Amino acid sequence: MLDWPLLSLLIWLPIVAACVVALVGSAQPGLVRPLALVGALVVLGLSVVLYLGFDTGTSAYQFQEKAPWISAFNVYYHLGVDGFALPLIMLTALIGVLVIIGGWGIKDRVHLYMAAFLVLEGLMVGVFAAMDALLFYVFFEAMLVPMFLIIGIWGGPNRIYATIKFFLFTFFGSVFMLIALIWMYLQSGSFEITDLHSLPIDLHAQILIFLAFLIAFAVKIPMWPVHTWLPDAHVEAPTGGSVVLAAVMLKIGGYGLVRFSLPITPDAAAALDWLVIGLSLVAITYIGFVALAQSDMKKLIAYSSISHMGFVTLGLFLAFAIARNSGELKGAGLGMSGAMVQMISHGFISAAMFSAVGVLYDRAHSREIKSYGGVANTMPWFAVFAVLFFMANSGLPGTSGFVGEFMVIIAAFHANFWFAFVAATTLLLGAAYSLWLVKRVFYGEVGNQKVAGLKDLTGREWVVLTTLAAFILAVGVWPFPLIEMMEASVQDLMMHIVESKLK
Amino acid sequence: MTLIDLQLALPEIFVLSMTCILLLADLFIPAHRRGLTHLLAMLTLIFSAILTVRLMMPAGQEALAFSGTFIRDRFGDILKIFSYLTLAAVFVYAKHYLRQFDLLKGEFYSLSLFALLGIMVMISAGSMLTLYLGLELLALATYALVAFNRESLPGSEAAMKYFILGSLASGLLLYGMSLLYGATGTLALAEIGQSLELSTTGSGLMLTFGLVFVVVGIAFKLGVVPMHMWVPDVYHGAPLAATLFIATVPKIAGLALVIRMLDDGLSGLHGDWQMMVAVLAALSLLLGNLAAIAQTNIKRMLAYSTISHMGFMLLGILAGTPDGYASAMFYTLAYVIMSAGAFAVVIMVSTPDHEAQEIDDFKGLARRNPWQAFLMLMLMFSLAGIPVFLGFFAKWQVIAATINAGFTNLAILAVMTAVVGAFYYLRVVKVMYFDEPETEQAIAVPYDFKALLSANGLAVLALGLFSGGLIELCISAFLTG
Repeated sequence: MLDWPLLSLLIWLPIVAACVVALVGSAQPGLVRPLALVGALVVLGLSVVLYLGFDTGTSAYQFQEKAPWISAFNVYYHLGVDGFALPLIMLTALIGVLVIIGGWGIKDRVHLYMAAFLVLEGLMVGVFAAMDALLFYVFFEAMLVPMFLIIGIWGGPNRIYATIKFFLFTFFGSVFMLIALIWMYLQSGSFEITDLHSLPIDLHAQILIFLAFLIAFAVKIPMWPVHTWLPDAHVEAPTGGSVVLAAVMLKIGGYGLVRFSLPITPDAAAALDWLVIGLSLVAITYIGFVALAQSDMKKLIAYSSISHMGFVTLGLFLAFAIARNSGELKGAGLGMSGAMVQMISHGFISAAMFSAVGVLYDRAHSREIKSYGGVANTMPWFAVFAVLFFMANSGLPGTSGFVGEFMVIIAAFHANFWFAFVAATTLLLGAAYSLWLVKRVFYGEVGNQKVAGLKDLTGREWVVLTTLAAFILAVGVWPFPLIEMMEASVQDLMMHIVESKLK
Repeated sequence: MTLIDLQLALPEIFVLSMTCILLLADLFIPAHRRGLTHLLAMLTLIFSAILTVRLMMPAGQEALAFSGTFIRDRFGDILKIFSYLTLAAVFVYAKHYLRQFDLLKGEFYSLSLFALLGIMVMISAGSMLTLYLGLELLALATYALVAFNRESLPGSEAAMKYFILGSLASGLLLYGMSLLYGATGTLALAEIGQSLELSTTGSGLMLTFGLVFVVVGIAFKLGVVPMHMWVPDVYHGAPLAATLFIATVPKIAGLALVIRMLDDGLSGLHGDWQMMVAVLAALSLLLGNLAAIAQTNIKRMLAYSTISHMGFMLLGILAGTPDGYASAMFYTLAYVIMSAGAFAVVIMVSTPDHEAQEIDDFKGLARRNPWQAFLMLMLMFSLAGIPVFLGFFAKWQVIAATINAGFTNLAILAVMTAVVGAFYYLRVVKVMYFDEPETEQAIAVPYDFKALLSANGLAVLALGLFSGGLIELCISAFLTG
């Protein structure tokens, strides 16, 4: 069983399923949804097999597959997973199923909708599983194509502006990464990520490479001030698109920092950690205030995503400040694990919140907070879930939102009291905008006729929201399996970043 | 002249004879049986491909004929085979257009085949004279093709413009060649190369002048800034079938011209032409991509996009290394494949009462012809340089060659202009997929057209996923010894 090329299956099976769905679609519209669901479920099953076969005791890459791809340039089709990639792949597979269930009600060209999401799922798994930098880049860029179509075809009224902005922002960021990768290839003669990890580079070049990577990943995460595409994209995207965007695509930025920036250019990262930490703190506080001022629910969640992703970048770069302060790495691992937990947790929570807004939007066709009020009266079950999700977003203990933020804040204390102080304001701000939204949308008297006519959750919505709620609570109560999965890889990364790579 | 000489030039001789036969036969073929001419032209291409493949040169070897004026090498053979294939595709696409617009005449085939012969002679040129001869044959046939629709005013205007500017450029090129001849005393490119290597005095004034004129001539033929003025007007004015031709096969000849002149002949002056080529490339990338954004006419948009692509291709030449040339060759071949497909879709959208000119003519194509719209989507993303499509792998190699040559800033400029370029390709996708069509009716397409377009679009995907083979083919073209 474990001899199967599991990672290849995880990448290509959804893509093959997408082709089947797209081809069957025009002739047999009835088969589209079940076929897509089966495809996504098989992928989810395979990801569980991957988890069961994963050895948490080592930081080595597992399930490796290697075949020459472009031999003239030493490019390999090389896949493998470690503790950073595995949880993200599982998250991708889970979200893949949920968006297909969530998109059941799509009317317009449903076969293309399902196909686009399946292709996207395969490509995202590819990003996390690639061990060859060029292969990574190919998946990283190719991902833009289905997302461009998803926002552009099934999005809201201003979708064209949003999707072109999304595409060009991300494309602009990533071309610098391509230059950096090619430059390193010319130095090392290899595109293998592990070879790049051990390539000695002088500080000047490291800083340029670090900045090239930072542009690429900062746009993706997104970090302040290159975040402006995200609120537009989220607001205009269909629910499924927002879910995938927030739950998985943003994580690719964080993953890129872990996989490329930190181990390839540790000296530059140490020299420029003030930049990333500064931007993260701005994102956490300033964007938190911006979220507070939103009147559109999706926009509010989008800004909240940016603010929460600030914790990821903060947690990853605290290690350098800690090492400088105390000369040792005590607490640094905590920050890094916290950042990773935060990524997974935010994946669940943002997916849940966007699904919840989708549930309302499907019924009342409005994302404005002021068109609701007293929804809890007409949709009690839905209100239970929504309140849980928004509570989790504000970092309520017992939910996954608490774990990552708490770990990062603790680590921040090791680095600098003020870092922790500023970061902790999010607990206040997050609670303010999340709970204020809950208050205005769900509590109080029934706001208007429209709200009075709302029907509670359908079966499909139950499935999506229950699943997400279960994971949010599970990670919140017992995060140990998640942390254990990543522990060896975190330790390994710490070894990489303390070792200078200067020539 | 020996028998071996004739054998080496067999494909050229075959194309020449067949074109003459076709010219005559067409006189006796009635208008409603014009398909026979098409068939004959296709057979010519197939058999010349067979002839070329049978005697294909192994990597690193070359054979000279006609006292060194004619070279048969692997580089040339690969380019020729690609020229046949591309021209065959052009014929299939063009037939649909010509038939619809009542332009299906035998002259289209004979002119195109004469142009092909010119291209083949250029590809195999071992001396400046052969090169110029081939170039003129290609140019004259192309001028006539642009004016192919006699009744079209813009067509005649474009042909006139092309003819005047083209003659000027030919004159400049010829002047440059004569200066080079004066400086080195020979027309043979290989001998020029040797004498430059042996010379200890470096590049004299006459050589430099000759080089400048030659580079200007090349720049015109490629249509790169600042010798690009003719490109948008000719693309726009010519009937689509002729535009399709100009946008594809002659680009292969352009590459041959560059390699034969700058590598075979003037590699000793690499230091001198490197900066010239760098400037041409940078200007083309900037102007091509920026001007394309402002276009609402799809033919003009694709014309400016050609300018930027030729600029990108020139980046591969900069380094003056076999790897660099191989990347430029890959880029050219990739561009030709993508360009053929893109123009084919423009042809498809054109109907007898309305030749597709505006980008808005693609409105809602995804609803009318979903499969063809999807193919166009792949072609557009490929032209924009998005992986996993062919265009990305072409760009990636050229960028690698540019960085390797030490022009990192130029590589950064290239990728940034590629981002700018992505915008106008995305706009075509936007119009096809996000806008509502004016009519839901699917556009009817003949089977051969449909099949070839599918193959063309899928090739962009397949050659991207499995680009290794084509890359190695291009590298093998520049192996020495």
